[in-house]
Order: sequence, then structure tokens, then C-alpha cells
Amino acid sequence: MIGRFLAAIGSFLIDKVLGRIGFVTRSFINLLGRAPGAWRRPALISEQIHFIGNYSMLIILVSGLFVGMVLALQGYYTLSQFGASEKLGQLVALSLLRELGPVVTALLFAGRAGTSLTAEIGLMKAGEQLSAMEMMAVNPIQRVLAPRFWGGVIAMPVLATVFSAVGVIGGYLVGVQLIGVDAGAFWSQMQGNIDVRHDVLNGVIKSVIFGVAVTFTALFQGYEAQPTPEGVSRATTRTVVIASLMVLALDFIMTALMFNT
Amino acid sequence: MSNLVEIRDLHFSYGDRPILSNLSMDFPRGKLIAVMGGSGSGKTTVLRLIGGQIRAQRGTVSVAGQVVNKLDTEGLYRLRRKMGMLFQFGALFTDLTVFENVAFPLREHTDLPEEVLRDLVLLRLNAVGLRNAAQLKPNEISGGMARRVALARAVALDPKLIMYDEPFAGLDPISMGVTANLIRNLNDALGSTSILVSHDVDETFHIADYVYFLSAGKIVAQGTPDEMRNSTDPYVRQFVHAEPDGPVPFHYPGKSLADDLGLGGKR
Repeated sequence: MIGRFLAAIGSFLIDKVLGRIGFVTRSFINLLGRAPGAWRRPALISEQIHFIGNYSMLIILVSGLFVGMVLALQGYYTLSQFGASEKLGQLVALSLLRELGPVVTALLFAGRAGTSLTAEIGLMKAGEQLSAMEMMAVNPIQRVLAPRFWGGVIAMPVLATVFSAVGVIGGYLVGVQLIGVDAGAFWSQMQGNIDVRHDVLNGVIKSVIFGVAVTFTALFQGYEAQPTPEGVSRATTRTVVIASLMVLALDFIMTALMFNT
Repeated sequence: MSNLVEIRDLHFSYGDRPILSNLSMDFPRGKLIAVMGGSGSGKTTVLRLIGGQIRAQRGTVSVAGQVVNKLDTEGLYRLRRKMGMLFQFGALFTDLTVFENVAFPLREHTDLPEEVLRDLVLLRLNAVGLRNAAQLKPNEISGGMARRVALARAVALDPKLIMYDEPFAGLDPISMGVTANLIRNLNDALGSTSILVSHDVDETFHIADYVYFLSAGKIVAQGTPDEMRNSTDPYVRQFVHAEPDGPVPFHYPGKSLADDLGLGGKR
């Protein structure tokens, strides 16, 4: 009885868990192997950067502005209790560059661009467009997935940068214009306490890795979706859930590695 | 070799469910061969095996002397450049115009100058009567027109083998007749070999040179369309004359109605 129970657990772990991890890893390596070939057709990549990046811009701009404004409000409330309200610029900028810029952008990116990628690929599969491509001796991973992968990986850090920049402006509007923190202190504290390599570059590295994770998840879910309306719908939902959890987990790991001193 | 495609002792199953068993078929060069049968008889599976989208567990599928189920990915892609396939609902790329759909295989596999490519695409579209629809998107044309665009795309690279998966499904009688004539004419004009999977008896018999009838993954009859029309085989008769009952039962197999209603003395 116990032996059978253990065998069932072992079988589940090997077949379902390890098998799935192996399959996903192999798919990721396959995509990475095909990805450089996509640069032979840069027009396809720039089209995807436009599609993925440009269409996500509005939600990024609005969210960045409000996140920056809220940061300034909450930050001022806490800092003023210690008489350190001139540190507001530093707090807003560091929070955005290190964490909120990359993380919130990646979460919004998963919801806006990730779902659209999954649905697009899933519907192409359901409409036999990917099979048609294969029958025309064109590899859909190289022709369809790889340009979208680059589009997402390139667009993500740009969007995160825009998010942080607009967030800083939002913080300035609330902190300086509304609350009345000294403008000189706001900007000079920010300038003096932010390190380009340690803060800005690490934030960019985070956003590139989030871009890889979210875009691959979205493409993989679309490519492996059941070719039915229900299958595409489930795959789209899975993209948001898995990509968001991956972003949060990866953020913890990278923060621990990057900012552990 | 007179046969472009040969299938020998083919066995294919999805898991434990057998789809095709001990199948042997010949597809001679230059001919239009139809594969007919009811839904679930394994017709489309035959096409997918020939195109290398799935691999047989046993037996061989050879195209132009190459064994498809033994080729690696690169070899398979090289072979597919000699093939064209028309999918059931066209499978056009919905983000591209009609022109770009037909240009797609040419752009992917050739380095033709733009003006030569343009002329080639327009000639292909002219052959299917849709030259003036070149700038429309797939969602702006009818199902029959989409099928014709897909046909122009399938023959864009002058394939040696053209496969048609249910090309008449869902078409009105005019579009059906137009599509059928196009399939025949393109086969003859290009000197290709065509495999037509269909369950539309009239149109298929009108254009095919030879017909295979499949049922439950096995060949149950074969011959010219005239031989099939006059066949006394019960399956062919039921299929050709659209009889509701016969070797293919009307009722899905299982318990009898009496059992389900609790009649006949047993509870």
C-alpha cells in the first residue's frame, strides 16, 4: 500500500513535474537557438518592437505617473516624521529604478503585451497558420516566435525606463509642486545618491530578464495552447498568472544577489 | 519511378487508439488521386504523414524516393519545398494582405527582385481569378475566395506534389465548382501530382483520376471514379449514394435503446 503510494508520487514527479520542466527548458533552448537567425530580417523585429512596445506605452505612462505620485505622498508622510523630507527625491527615484520600475512594468507588460502575444500565437495555431507555415518549409519558431521574442526583450527595458522617468516626474509634481518640498533638495538628493551602475544598471538588467521571462512565457503558452477557443482562453490566463509569479520570484532572487551589501 | 508518393504497410496510432493500419497506397506522377471516406476514417492523417507533420510508428511513406518518416528536420524542410498544401479553411495569414499571403513562400525561399516577385504573385492570383483582390485582407474576402488565395499560395513555388485537405468543405455550389476545376487545371498545367482528401462525392469524382476509399484506417475500395460509381461494395454504395444506414451505422456503437430504457426484462 505504502509502496504503491510512493510509486504514484515518484511517477507524478518524474512524468509531470520533471518531464514538464524538461519540456519547457528544451523549448526555451530551441527558441534561443533560433533567435539569432531572426536578425537576418530586422524589419520583422522592429515591427514587433512597435507592436509590443508602442501599444503598451499608454498604460505604462499613466501607471508610472500615478505610482510616482503615490510614492511621493507616502514617502513624504514617513520622511517628514524624521525631518528628512528633503530625501524625498532619492526615495522616489531609488524605489522606481531598483524595484517598482522593472517589476510593475513587467506585471503590466504581462497583462497587456503578454496576453496579446499568447492569444495571437494561439489563434494562429487554431487557424492552422503555423501548420501552413511548417508545410511551406518555414520554421514558425524562427519566423513567428523569434521576432516577437526580441520585440519583447527589447521593448521591456525601454518601457521600464519610461515608467521610472514618468514616475520621477509624478513624484516631483506631488512632492515639490503640491506638498512644497524644496525643488533643489529634491533633485540634488536624487542626483547625489543614485549610482548609475549599482542602481540604474541593475534596474535595467532586471527589466531585461523580466522581458525574457514574460515574453518566453507568453510565446510558449500560445504555441502550446490547445487549438480551440477554450484552449486559447486558458493559455492567455496562464500567461498572466505564470509570468506574474515568475517576475515576483525572479525579482526576489535578483534583489538578493544585486543589493545584498 | 512512376509513383511520386508511396505508402507501404503503414501503421499509425494516437496512443492506444489505432488510426491507420497496414495501409499501402500509390500516387503516380501527374495524376490527381482522391482519398475519400467518412469523418474519422484517417484521411487527413494520411496527408499529415506524407507532409511529415506526424510520424508513423511502422511502415514507410516515401516522397520522390525519400522516406519521409526517416528524414531529420532539415531534410524534411528541404522536401517540403517541393510540396504545396491547401488546408481545410485556407489557413491564410490574417495579418497579411492577399498579395503578401501568396508572396510569403517566395519571399521566404527565394531572393527574387521585388518587381519579378510582384509579377509572379499577380500571375498566380490571376490564375485563381483574384488579381484585383490583391490588396484585400483575408477578413475582407469570402470563404471560397480565401480557399482560392490559399490555392495560389500553395502553388507559388511550382510544387511537385500538391495536397488538398477538404478543399470543398463549407463552399457554395459555385465556389465548389470553381475550386474543383482549378485543382484539376493547376495539376495539369504544372505537371504536378495532387492528393485530394474529400468527402464530396460529385466534385471529387468529376476531377479525380483514381479514388481510394478509407474506413477505420483501412482501404476498403479503390478504382477510377466510374468504377466506384458502379461498385457493389456496400461501403462504397452507402457513401456514394449517401444512404443513412449500412456498413457505417447510423447509431454510435454501444448499448441498445432497450437496455437504456430498461426494457427486455433486465434491470
